[in-house]
Amino acid sequence: MLTYNFISTVQLGIKNLLLHKLRSGLTILGIIFGVCSVISMLAIGEGASYEAQEAIKKLGSNNIILRSLKPPANQSDTGGSRSFELEYGLTYEDGSRIQATIPGINFVLPMRMIRDKVRFGENFAACQIIGTKPFYPEIVAMEMLAGRFLTETDEKNRNNICVVTLSVARKLFPYQNPLDHSIKIGSTYYRVVGIGRETNTPEQRTQSGNSDGETLDQFVYIPLATARARFGETIIRGQFPSLEFEKVQLHEIRVNMADTAAVEAADPQIKTLLERFHKEADFEMIVPLQLLRQAEETKRIFNIVLGSIAAISLLVGGIGIMNIMLATVTERTREIGVRRALGAKKRDITLQFLVETIVLSIGGGLIGVVVGILVPVMVSLLADMKTIVTLWSVLLAFGISGAIGILFGIYPASTAAELDPIEALRHE
Amino acid sequence: MNHDVIIRIEGLKKEYVLGSENIVRALAGVDLTITSGSYVAIMGPSGSGKSTMLNLLGCLDRPTAGRYFLGEEDVSTMSDDDLSRARGKRIGFIFQSYNLIPQLTVIENIQVPLFYQGESLAESYDRCVELAKLVGLADRLEHRPMQLSGGQQQRVAIARSLANNPLMILADEPTGNLDSKTGAEVLEMIDRLNEGGKTIVLVTHDEKVAKRAHRVLHMKDGLIDREVLQRTVPGGAKRQSNSGHFDSTVADSDTLQTLTPPTRAPGH
Repeated sequence: MLTYNFISTVQLGIKNLLLHKLRSGLTILGIIFGVCSVISMLAIGEGASYEAQEAIKKLGSNNIILRSLKPPANQSDTGGSRSFELEYGLTYEDGSRIQATIPGINFVLPMRMIRDKVRFGENFAACQIIGTKPFYPEIVAMEMLAGRFLTETDEKNRNNICVVTLSVARKLFPYQNPLDHSIKIGSTYYRVVGIGRETNTPEQRTQSGNSDGETLDQFVYIPLATARARFGETIIRGQFPSLEFEKVQLHEIRVNMADTAAVEAADPQIKTLLERFHKEADFEMIVPLQLLRQAEETKRIFNIVLGSIAAISLLVGGIGIMNIMLATVTERTREIGVRRALGAKKRDITLQFLVETIVLSIGGGLIGVVVGILVPVMVSLLADMKTIVTLWSVLLAFGISGAIGILFGIYPASTAAELDPIEALRHE
Repeated sequence: MNHDVIIRIEGLKKEYVLGSENIVRALAGVDLTITSGSYVAIMGPSGSGKSTMLNLLGCLDRPTAGRYFLGEEDVSTMSDDDLSRARGKRIGFIFQSYNLIPQLTVIENIQVPLFYQGESLAESYDRCVELAKLVGLADRLEHRPMQLSGGQQQRVAIARSLANNPLMILADEPTGNLDSKTGAEVLEMIDRLNEGGKTIVLVTHDEKVAKRAHRVLHMKDGLIDREVLQRTVPGGAKRQSNSGHFDSTVADSDTLQTLTPPTRAPGH
């Protein structure tokens, strides 16, 4: 009986709302926008941070990346003594010190990187020559497509062999199988023993529409010992007469830790260790795990900010509902008086108006959820942004809209119920 | 105490405090007894306290002092919810300006009092259709009040006042907004309700309207100044023989039969 009358009350509420379609429509619009903006803003925020996190994860959350940095130019130094050989960066020593002292290390991967032109016959490509160790593929996600990677023997014998990435192979060997051919770097020939692809490095920088974007993975891998022997430690940059001489032993050291806990422990230790031997700030440390943590923190703040903006718009929608309901109560004062005279209790009147508010906000909430799921899809299609609609954001938005209906409905409804029936009946 | 007495009022006072020193005494201690099946008119100039009397009789307000028994219940000290219940169960209202709910249809308007008694619209539908037939609006069930004439609207209000099978029908200037012809029709209908056994209390300032009652109370300065007993309408003598239960009207004329509201199913 009670439930049946409740259904009747809901039906009556819907009927009353439909009597003023424009008014109800405009009121509901506030809630629709509110719910829709909560869902879509959170979806866009979620999508953006997802992309950032994926990028960081590719660096490997178990890795600590050390890179040589050219220290900030010292004016007095360059001006006075004209020292044209600048020595900086990570050393082989650093690598072995880290390996020896820090617990929980899987690998310490030293890398030398030299930019140079690579030739085969008439074809050439500007490549990044990476001098590294045989366990490189275990730290940097790499897929061998043909042949093999560098071996310890190559390292020991300083073999003039190399592994090229697919994009290099395509450029130098348009019609041939590169394996066992020799390519020329500088003045030395290197025999190609394998072709690989770094799975986490995109082949091209994604520039919309431009298929000739800058290639990112033109790498040639040679044994570290070979690199040391062939290229020496001094790199000459620039053009005559303004030559720059730089002496850098290692450009990058990747420290692969056993697990994330080891990463956290090792992070300050490595920093302290290296700072003892590097007076100048000639290296940088990248800890993907920390970047990930920062990205998560950023995302959290982002969500709070977006969420509050959206919540404010829901609040505004709620105030709109309350405003309309107060006007409705005034307009229907006579009806309230009649209902009271005919036996309606205060709570019957409260329920009647509360139900109208809740129908408005729940209805608006439902439409808002639908629109709020569609908007991120549109954004993804039109703006090429990743968006993720999470279940919790939908529930949150819908819950808030329902709560707002009750919260902002209570005051007008109780105003209606508290009307003196005699006064209400006399109301014109 | 006669079990026929449905309203017993003792020393009823109502004061309104308008300012710190300004107290309006609307009712100054009224004593009144109304028996079942009677037809009472309350008259008086404005300011005489008849509106206050109406509000108190209709359980819309509580007296400052005194007692008011409606049936067996003392309503003078009831809570707001109990007053609502008393109104819904025991009183049928007929207003000067009809006071139908504009967004509801004729049948839905008649159902409103029963809705608040906890009866579902489906349950009360058949009986309310009977009531609509009784007032001659069976063909207007789905019309809105705005589509009806004043007389028709007042007839809907009469049907509505009967829906809860009340102890008393309280009519406040029921013909005030009607022309004399439709007014007479409405009064005729009220007369016949009374003949059917309903207790009618009618507030008016129109002598002609009051003539139809068989008891006229003239109010002045918050008191019943004088009471006039009039020639009772035919059938009035029969009412005296009613056993107090106004549903079980012994009706021997056709008009009476047609205007006897269908009784509510037992158990309500």
